[in-house]
Amino acid sequence: MKKLILLCAIVLVLAAIIMACGPGRQTPTRESAVGGTTSQAGLSADAAQVAAERGLSPDDVTAALKTFMPSGQLDPYIMFASGGQGGQVLVVGVPSMRILKLIGVFTPEPWQGYGFGGAGNAILAQGKVGDNEILWGDTHHPGLSETNGEYDGQFLFINDKANARVAVIDLKDFATKQIVKNPLAINDHGGSFVTPNTEYIIEGPQYAAPLGWEYSDIANYKEEYRGVMTLWKFDRATGRIDPAQSFSIELPPYFQDLCDAGKKVSDGWLFCNSFNTELATGGVEDGNPPFEAGTAKNDTDYLHIVNWKKAEELYKAGKVETIKGMPLIRLDTAAKEGVLYFTPEPKSPHGADVTPGGEYVVVGGKLDPHVTIYSFDKIQKAIAALNEGTMTKDEFGVPVLSLDSTMEAQVELGLGPLHTVYDDKGYAYTSLFLDSVVARWTLGGPYQGLHPEEPWTLVQKLPVQYNIGHIAAAEGDTSSPDGNYVVALNKWSIDRFANVGPLLPQNFQLVDTSQTGDTMKVLYDMPIGMAEPHYAQIIKADKLAPLEVYPVGTNPETMQQDPNAITGPDQAKVVRNGNNVEIWMAVVRSHFTPEHIRIKQGDHVIWHFTNLEQTRDATHGFALPGYNINLSLEPGKTETIEFDANMSGTYAYYCTEFCSALHLEMLGYFMVEPN
Amino acid sequence: MKNFIVSLFGPDIQVELADGSRRPLNAFMVPNAIFTIAALILVASTFLPYWRMEMTAPQYPKGLSVDVYVNRLEGDMREIDALNHYLGMPPLDEGGRLERSLSLLAIVSIGLILAASVFVHNQFALLLALPILAFPFIFLADLWYILYTYGHSIDPTSALGGAIKPFTPPLIGAGAIGQFGTSSSLEIGFFLSLLAGVVTLIGLYFHRRAYKPVVEARKHAAAQATAVKA
Repeated sequence: MKKLILLCAIVLVLAAIIMACGPGRQTPTRESAVGGTTSQAGLSADAAQVAAERGLSPDDVTAALKTFMPSGQLDPYIMFASGGQGGQVLVVGVPSMRILKLIGVFTPEPWQGYGFGGAGNAILAQGKVGDNEILWGDTHHPGLSETNGEYDGQFLFINDKANARVAVIDLKDFATKQIVKNPLAINDHGGSFVTPNTEYIIEGPQYAAPLGWEYSDIANYKEEYRGVMTLWKFDRATGRIDPAQSFSIELPPYFQDLCDAGKKVSDGWLFCNSFNTELATGGVEDGNPPFEAGTAKNDTDYLHIVNWKKAEELYKAGKVETIKGMPLIRLDTAAKEGVLYFTPEPKSPHGADVTPGGEYVVVGGKLDPHVTIYSFDKIQKAIAALNEGTMTKDEFGVPVLSLDSTMEAQVELGLGPLHTVYDDKGYAYTSLFLDSVVARWTLGGPYQGLHPEEPWTLVQKLPVQYNIGHIAAAEGDTSSPDGNYVVALNKWSIDRFANVGPLLPQNFQLVDTSQTGDTMKVLYDMPIGMAEPHYAQIIKADKLAPLEVYPVGTNPETMQQDPNAITGPDQAKVVRNGNNVEIWMAVVRSHFTPEHIRIKQGDHVIWHFTNLEQTRDATHGFALPGYNINLSLEPGKTETIEFDANMSGTYAYYCTEFCSALHLEMLGYFMVEPN
Repeated sequence: MKNFIVSLFGPDIQVELADGSRRPLNAFMVPNAIFTIAALILVASTFLPYWRMEMTAPQYPKGLSVDVYVNRLEGDMREIDALNHYLGMPPLDEGGRLERSLSLLAIVSIGLILAASVFVHNQFALLLALPILAFPFIFLADLWYILYTYGHSIDPTSALGGAIKPFTPPLIGAGAIGQFGTSSSLEIGFFLSLLAGVVTLIGLYFHRRAYKPVVEARKHAAAQATAVKA
């Protein structure tokens, strides 16, 4: 018996020895760019010389270091910025402010092969207005999907102001998956933002028009023109908006502007400002006040307060009219049933921004030097105190809560307050367009203990260059903002960059907000030379978990296995069926299979491509000259193009994404025999 | 203590040898137990890689690697194959296909053959232990042959086939192919198969200790019988 135990011990010891003597894993080591020299204090002679030549102050040097990401080091934040008239979304690393990607959304984008033959064509076609294909968009306000009021990094939504459309971008591959056209509105503005669990994506209205943009002369403005707010139901399982479960709310033609969703204590409510309670209809050519004057006549406009949970109940109870396929809660129903309330706000405001805990809504005065802070609690009390006999109503029958009963505070900031974002230190940051500054001011109430200053007071005005529009803060629209950075989205850059002609880049300025008090500093100027972004959201990079490559055979539109995917070059084939020619093509470094395709003029061609690669960055392109076809075939992707071979001739197709040392040799011939 | 062990395992059973001497039954059980352990270790090794090659190049910051198990390959075969096609080298999957398909059957057989030594009560048990002792060395020899064949099957019509001389990737240690540095090493599965051999040797030692007295007692008894007859 003892011998047995001894034997077991010997075996164990032997095993341990052998394992210990096993080969040392020779993992490939890379020389770290960091370490070694970082502990060095002060500037090297080289750096000191650069600083002297450029006249850099110690602040400049600090700013440079704060934004510098050495090669291989990744940014802690990712900013999604609208691409304005470019109809795109920009993806930017923060704080390095490096552009990482431009996502084609409403506009064809050749690098991604978006709209040049593949799945992008079908997605862009969803955005038709009537029979008209619309191949641009005015992207305004990106909205990240949220779970419990926090960005969850799964989806991004963005609206097209010009045509009242909303797009869904899947952050698994940073590509546009869906465009929905609003059947009732022809333009929008107050979107896309989401309810705290992305139950709905809100598309708020802007310029009033008859519902469904039917013809009606502007003389009928008050009777027939309306604003429409749409709650698009988001189906997280499919990753798509479900129009069949979406509905709209009719609003007066007040030119609703920016909106935000309540969260935490104010979950279930939406807030939207407006700037034409005057019902101005313009007509400067006829001696009427132009819109710019007519809409600014009254001292106040109306902050719209919308109970979306109540609206959802009404929709589910069928208290809607369906117009052009869209269930619509009529204005009188919304007013009567407690869906819609108004309260006065300083005239022609911009921004209606809910604080992280949902307690307050901050409205920027734009033409008034104050921001006005509304208390959700007071709003609720004012609603509870409404009495049918005595309540004030606007001319459309909507209850109006008095400013005294809803306002918590006003803070005088300066000229042109627009949009407000928040940090983790109890500060709010408001862009002041006319003053060209970022104003930092203090919140009161539950935020009072977070900062050293008095509540509701201005702390610092930081000049920015120039004409700041929107402003974005790190995780700034969530229930728990981060507070390290604010980005000023400046409309003018004037003298900040080399002159590139009369059309100037926009200027994104990164502002350091990491310390309390009047310590904000501009760290970096980033030219945006492709569009005029409006708004941006900044998410922690570690919340994003995109695919590295697609599983082989993934259809980028459905994100499912494509029925026409192939798994090897041996399955590549060309099948003729009458005048239809169907091609299954394999794409892998560095050849297409097949390399010869012979068809006849007039044939209808259906051509499937599968990139068989599973290596990161082993992307191929496919360009077919003369037929406006260009695909980006990322590893694993399957795409299908379909066209009529109307031109005879000899066409060399080739790979457009430099893929290997034999990339130039990656080609084939498409031979179209004339009739 | 002794009482406790007896209560657990029962009383020690003695075996009477041909010459009348007695030996505890456990002495005969010990080698069987050790052989069983050896066979189990070998079976366990099939779940672990035997050999690994890592490849590094500037554009592969994480490197590429292949882990070779007795019955399968794991790792970046797809990418390595994609690169190797430029050189006209066959896909990794083609090497040792027969061996991989038979390996599990072979290993179970090796274990069963070793277990058969339970019924062999003399020095010929060594013969039954030979397969498990030889297994790691057969694996190495076969792997070398596969690597040799692999590096000597370059298709001259491939893109770079004309520029590459036939070669054998190193079985252990560093090598270089194009911009790739390679590093090959034996892995835990292989060392477990070696361990199975070592344990078998220990088992043989106890086998010899158990059965040598039996054989000798038999001889002794036979000699006495002969002597009596004489």
